[in-house]
Amino acid sequence: MDTLATTLLGFFFAGYFVLGGADIGLGMLAPYLGRGRDERQHVTSTMAPLFLANEVWLVASVGVFIGAFPELEGDVLSGLLPVFVPLVAGWVVRDAGLWWRVTGGPAAADWLVAGGSWVAAGSWGWVLASLLNDSPTEPTSPGLGALTTLFVLLLFLAHGLAFATLRLTGAPLQRALRLTGRARYPFALTSVVIATLAVLAGARLPLSEHAASDTSLKLLVPVSLVVLPLLAGAHLWLWRLVRRGGGLQPTSLF
Amino acid sequence: MESQTVDLARWQFALTAGGHFLFVSLTIGLATVLAVLQTRATLRGGQPVHLRMVRYWGRLYVINYAVGIVTGLVMEFQFGMAWSGLGKFAGDVFGSSLALETVLAFFVESTFLALWMLGWGRFNKWVHLGVLWVVTLTAYLSAYWVLVTNGFLSRPTGYAKRADGTLELADTAELLTNPSTLLAFGHILGGSLLTAAVFMAGVSAYHYRKGTADPDGLLRRSLRIGVFAGVPALLVTVAFGGMQFGETEEWQPMKAAVFDDDKAEMAKLQAEMVQRFGPGDYVPPEALTRGAGLLMVLVFVVLIVAALAGVVLASFRRLAVKSRRWHLFLMILVPLPYVAMIAGWVFREAGRQPWIVYGLLRTEDAVSQVSTGRMWLSLIVFVPLFLALVVGHWWVLLRAVREGPREQQPAAVSTEPAPAVTAY
Repeated sequence: MDTLATTLLGFFFAGYFVLGGADIGLGMLAPYLGRGRDERQHVTSTMAPLFLANEVWLVASVGVFIGAFPELEGDVLSGLLPVFVPLVAGWVVRDAGLWWRVTGGPAAADWLVAGGSWVAAGSWGWVLASLLNDSPTEPTSPGLGALTTLFVLLLFLAHGLAFATLRLTGAPLQRALRLTGRARYPFALTSVVIATLAVLAGARLPLSEHAASDTSLKLLVPVSLVVLPLLAGAHLWLWRLVRRGGGLQPTSLF
Repeated sequence: MESQTVDLARWQFALTAGGHFLFVSLTIGLATVLAVLQTRATLRGGQPVHLRMVRYWGRLYVINYAVGIVTGLVMEFQFGMAWSGLGKFAGDVFGSSLALETVLAFFVESTFLALWMLGWGRFNKWVHLGVLWVVTLTAYLSAYWVLVTNGFLSRPTGYAKRADGTLELADTAELLTNPSTLLAFGHILGGSLLTAAVFMAGVSAYHYRKGTADPDGLLRRSLRIGVFAGVPALLVTVAFGGMQFGETEEWQPMKAAVFDDDKAEMAKLQAEMVQRFGPGDYVPPEALTRGAGLLMVLVFVVLIVAALAGVVLASFRRLAVKSRRWHLFLMILVPLPYVAMIAGWVFREAGRQPWIVYGLLRTEDAVSQVSTGRMWLSLIVFVPLFLALVVGHWWVLLRAVREGPREQQPAAVSTEPAPAVTAY
């Protein structure tokens, strides 16, 4: 049962890095790809319909972490508190920006999206650095942390860029294509890399020694596994619905 | 653990959870109203006024999601960041319900909310309606799972003690049917519907006072829905609230004694608890607990009088449309359900102190082993952030309120193949 719980956690966590990571990367690139109000609006609106559905993978990861490994979850989150605080703060700022932009808020909210994305990506860098380091319960030293963070930031940028080539149109798309050059299937490539990194970092956690009791796992794991195909189906539906350029414009909403 | 760390963690959680609760209550209530509105619009073959209503209230509903979601995210992380002692002690019991909240409820809700927003004018009308019902029902489910945890903290059940003193889940069915959970669930669903009803009536009244044109009766209908939905919502709320009051005497006698200001009983219970749990102060903050409880009851009395009077007034069409004083009164009522919700929550949570898990774990023992400096960092980041969020949120929401219902269906964007109207 605890193997299944570990797999479930790994699946959600890797899924978040592939889907949410694409959002964050695109958010980081938004000021570069979208010049001027209309283009920025275009970039934001391509993220808008999916960002919530993408980031719930992290919400689910943390949920499964609490449910299946409650003690370890507390140790990791409280130990890495100085890194998780900016992570969550950046995430919140980003979400608020996106949400306000979709629901007719001011154009300045685009900057919240970009700023929040950078803070969130940087914090993820530090979290992954700390996990990959020896202790998952204390932020890693500045030197090693900065190096890993730099690498992770670049990875988010590459992943966001690959995502951009799938979704954008017009001048922002041209700018993205100039950067990717002639790479083939860039999104598949960056997805594999970023998911691998997430799984490697997560594998450093002593999960199997800290699993919850069998009674508790029996409530959580089977139900989650049963609904998993439904969740995936709803996601596919959503992704199919949003074609290239077909974002959520404030005016199209209501 | 330094006592300041405990205070900081408590302040942070109180502000996060309080903020979350306020926004979520309007979201859940509006979801119910919207699902009914869209069902009617679908069944009636799509009279334009019904569709416009769904669109207008749907827009406010969607805007309102933002703060509820982001404070919810912070809350989820706070369990681990600031309260790891709780997870260590009892996470095995309630962790699964929090996990299921995210997987079964929040995950589905977010995905289907996006589908609903994107589905305007694209989906078959029955599919689109079904999507909204999924959003609404998962919102309820979300509230239920969270209350499984909260109910356990208030009235622990379904657990067994391990050799090292921590708890593990022993009886899943007992955990999931905890009466403390179920009663609070009914109480909160009623309160949410009440919040939404008063909000609808107030916003419609605002447009009447402003002189917004109402050619197809959208505002008149909305005002009536708000006023008439308020009465059953109040009755449901008070019925479940009353049952909880009754049970409090048994579950948390000290809270009941503090509410009644029964000094003799409080002294007796304090002595009993010292004998049972060792030395300590087992009286929750009196002024806060009693004040919050009384405030909740007071607001209820005001609202029940207002709601009954409102039903009478709204039955006369001339009054409903013309009486500017009544419209002003309805607008003034809008904050009251919020006040009652937050007061009720303070009564429930503050009245449980000094326990985080009643009778089993003290709040001060549940805080993470985190330095005061780090806890300050967290508070300094999140409090201004929440303030900015709430201000920004109300700015966007009130702007949409002021703008009012749109005249016609907005022109379909070029990427949408079919104009919105044809789907209905």
